[in-house]
Amino acid sequence: MSEHASTATYLRIAAILVMITLIEVGVFYVPTFQTTLVPILLVLSAVKFALVVMFYMHLKFDNRFFAVLFGGPLLLGMAVVISLLFIFYGAVRLRTGT
Amino acid sequence: MAHETTHAHRTSMGLDSRKMAFWAFIGSECLLFGSLISTYLIYKGRSLTGPYPHEILNIPFTSFSTFDLLMSSLAMVLALAAVQRGDMKQGKIWLLVTALLGLVFLGGQFWEFSHFLHEGLGLTTNLFGSTFYVLTGTHGAHVTVGVIWLLTLWVQALRGKLGPANAMTVEITGLYWHFVDVVWIVIFTVVYLIQ
Repeated sequence: MSEHASTATYLRIAAILVMITLIEVGVFYVPTFQTTLVPILLVLSAVKFALVVMFYMHLKFDNRFFAVLFGGPLLLGMAVVISLLFIFYGAVRLRTGT
Repeated sequence: MAHETTHAHRTSMGLDSRKMAFWAFIGSECLLFGSLISTYLIYKGRSLTGPYPHEILNIPFTSFSTFDLLMSSLAMVLALAAVQRGDMKQGKIWLLVTALLGLVFLGGQFWEFSHFLHEGLGLTTNLFGSTFYVLTGTHGAHVTVGVIWLLTLWVQALRGKLGPANAMTVEITGLYWHFVDVVWIVIFTVVYLIQ
């Protein structure tokens, strides 16, 4: 069994996750952030994702092979999302000439 | 089981084979949710009839659901930590808390879906309805499986069949539960906040 974080660390991570969620919702409602809303939200979401995976799923402390088993398909999944968006919106642009 | 040891399922790499298989399963789930999120994003803003996302999505309510699921993840790691140190009293409490928080999330999703149907958004109403229900419904199905799994573990713990010797079972359940949580982190951002 791998070494895991302490209870205090789990509580700190939970507090950070709640704070980030509050920031996300706050940013959503502030008109000033509307132009940069998408990158801000994506970064905040990625931080939350990484915190849960590293500390709650123990990937930070576990064997690196597990990170490969998870990270490989995760990167592939992200590549699929990005590729499909490019293909679809590229096709729409070609069709509409915009 | 008391006779189950941590050396019972080792691979040639010295890793627990169940845990390795489960990480591979979670990897495959990334591709499943990746395809569903892609579909949602591709059809985003292409509905010809309403209701549209900005008219119907309730951010304060979904923020509470997100908070609920994050707290369930905390309860899950606390359950695992308790089982690993042999504190089964705490282990049982945190397993039940995790399952109950999962049920609260499911209750919220049921209310949300009922509200949307009442507002006229069905599975076949428009592209938003189809992609939204399929994506969030698939996630909800995963949460349902997780809650059943957690309650099964809790009953095993009540019967004295769960202890430090099989903490790996709780750890694998935790991996599933946290994965469900991280998927929701992405859905909350992509579907609810980026409209």
